[in-house]
Amino acid sequence: MLKIIFNRLKKLNLLTAEHIEKKMMQILRPIFFLILVVFAGTGFVSAADMTEKDAANSHSEESFEAGKYVIEHVSDAFEWHIATFGETHISIPLPIILYSSNKGWNFFMSSKFHHGHEAYNGFRIEHEGENEGKIVEINENAEVVGLPIDLSITKTVAGIFVSVIVLLLIFLNIAKSAQKRANKAPAGLQNLFEPIILFIRDEVAKPAIGEKKFEKFMPFLLTAFFFILINNLLGLVPIFPFGTNVTGNIAVTMVLALFTFFITSINGNKHYWKEIYNPDVPWWLKYPVPLMPIVELSGVITKPFVLMVRLFANMMAGHMIVTVFVSLIFIFNKLMGVEAGLGVSVVSVAFSVFIVLLDILVSFIQAYVFTLLSALYFGMATSEHH
Amino acid sequence: MGFVTPDYGTIFWMLIIFGIVLWIMKKFAWAPILKALKDREKSISEALNSADKARKEVAGLKASNDQIIAEARREKEIILKEAREIKDKIIAEAKIQANAETQKGIENARQQILAEKTAAINDIKEQVAELSVMIAEKVIRKQLDNPKEQEILVKDLLNDLKLK
Repeated sequence: MLKIIFNRLKKLNLLTAEHIEKKMMQILRPIFFLILVVFAGTGFVSAADMTEKDAANSHSEESFEAGKYVIEHVSDAFEWHIATFGETHISIPLPIILYSSNKGWNFFMSSKFHHGHEAYNGFRIEHEGENEGKIVEINENAEVVGLPIDLSITKTVAGIFVSVIVLLLIFLNIAKSAQKRANKAPAGLQNLFEPIILFIRDEVAKPAIGEKKFEKFMPFLLTAFFFILINNLLGLVPIFPFGTNVTGNIAVTMVLALFTFFITSINGNKHYWKEIYNPDVPWWLKYPVPLMPIVELSGVITKPFVLMVRLFANMMAGHMIVTVFVSLIFIFNKLMGVEAGLGVSVVSVAFSVFIVLLDILVSFIQAYVFTLLSALYFGMATSEHH
Repeated sequence: MGFVTPDYGTIFWMLIIFGIVLWIMKKFAWAPILKALKDREKSISEALNSADKARKEVAGLKASNDQIIAEARREKEIILKEAREIKDKIIAEAKIQANAETQKGIENARQQILAEKTAAINDIKEQVAELSVMIAEKVIRKQLDNPKEQEILVKDLLNDLKLK
């Protein structure tokens, strides 16, 4: 009886089974994808990390240290961990490059450490103490004898390589099509990125630096913007080879800020330096105690420092919050049982999705802010008048 | 808090990678892309300018066309006026000539008429003379009948002659 009615309805509304299925898939696919993203990005990997750590500290098998887990998740690593199934770790070994005065140069893959459990060639990854997370040199009695110079390709460095390859692929392709389609309408990738390039040129560089001098700084501004943007966005994609917390690494943001600082200093004109060392203030502010020069000079250093911290803190926070939400599941799981963990997971996933979406927005904003502020500093250094 | 202290290894690699990427991007990506953007902007603005120029040229052409037309019209008017004047002059001249001709004709006619008249008068005079002779002859022939009547006749004849 019901079947007949349903069939009649189907005929009436032209709702074939195929059609329904298609509609359902349309609705479900993005949701499914988002869940997958969040799980793969946080839950999945976090579970893997936990088992690994549990295996490492076998004496505290049941414990889950949320703080440590979160910090470890956003910190650098010597191998690129992908997943763990039970006791099997799936990770990409990365090259370790060490120099110590005793042993000279050492090159080997991080797989030799067996996920940090074993020493190799007189080197070991420290898991606690003041050198936590660093590679130390040990003697035969497993005593620490010193710190080698560590130029290893860590996860962050590998992440930089990946994002740089993406960056070069995109923009060399655009450059090629720009040359090929000279004086024609843009097409493809060129069409997607040209408005952004124009935005950086016309809304950021031109007003901040000025019509005459902005062209000199365009390559750095554009490279910085797209490097940061691509790293921010790829950092949110939790599937290998993406998902590295590159712009949330203070060394990376420090180098970017240093570039801004040196470009500003090199291009600073007479007026800029005069305003720093001999500003237009009453003489007693400059002599005998050079109060204003000190303030001005600290400003010169503060500017890149702020650039460094802002980008780092924003990106780090995004990654951290997502990880914290996921670790909530395991905390509740441990404290109140599996049901509580499952219940919290719904909320956690929902919040994580929200944070990830927010992070997409933040990615653009931070890339923009870094570029805009760099452009403003360049503009200050090259301006002729006040 | 290991993650807030920058790691020199990462700094080292980042400096190298970012430096190289900056150089590559500057030379092989941004230079052609920015040049293409500039060129396109230039060509667009040039196209717009030339369109503007063409529009102005067309407007100028129209103005000059109008001027030519106006000039042509003025010339036409002048020509027409001249033609009219010539026509009037010709007509006037023709009239004068015709008048003169007519006058001449009339004069000729008059002279002819006068000549004819004189001839006719002369003729008549001759005839009258002949008649007179004839009459005189007749009178002379009849006279003898009645002197009185003869007198009357002469008188009448004379009267008749005086009419002339």
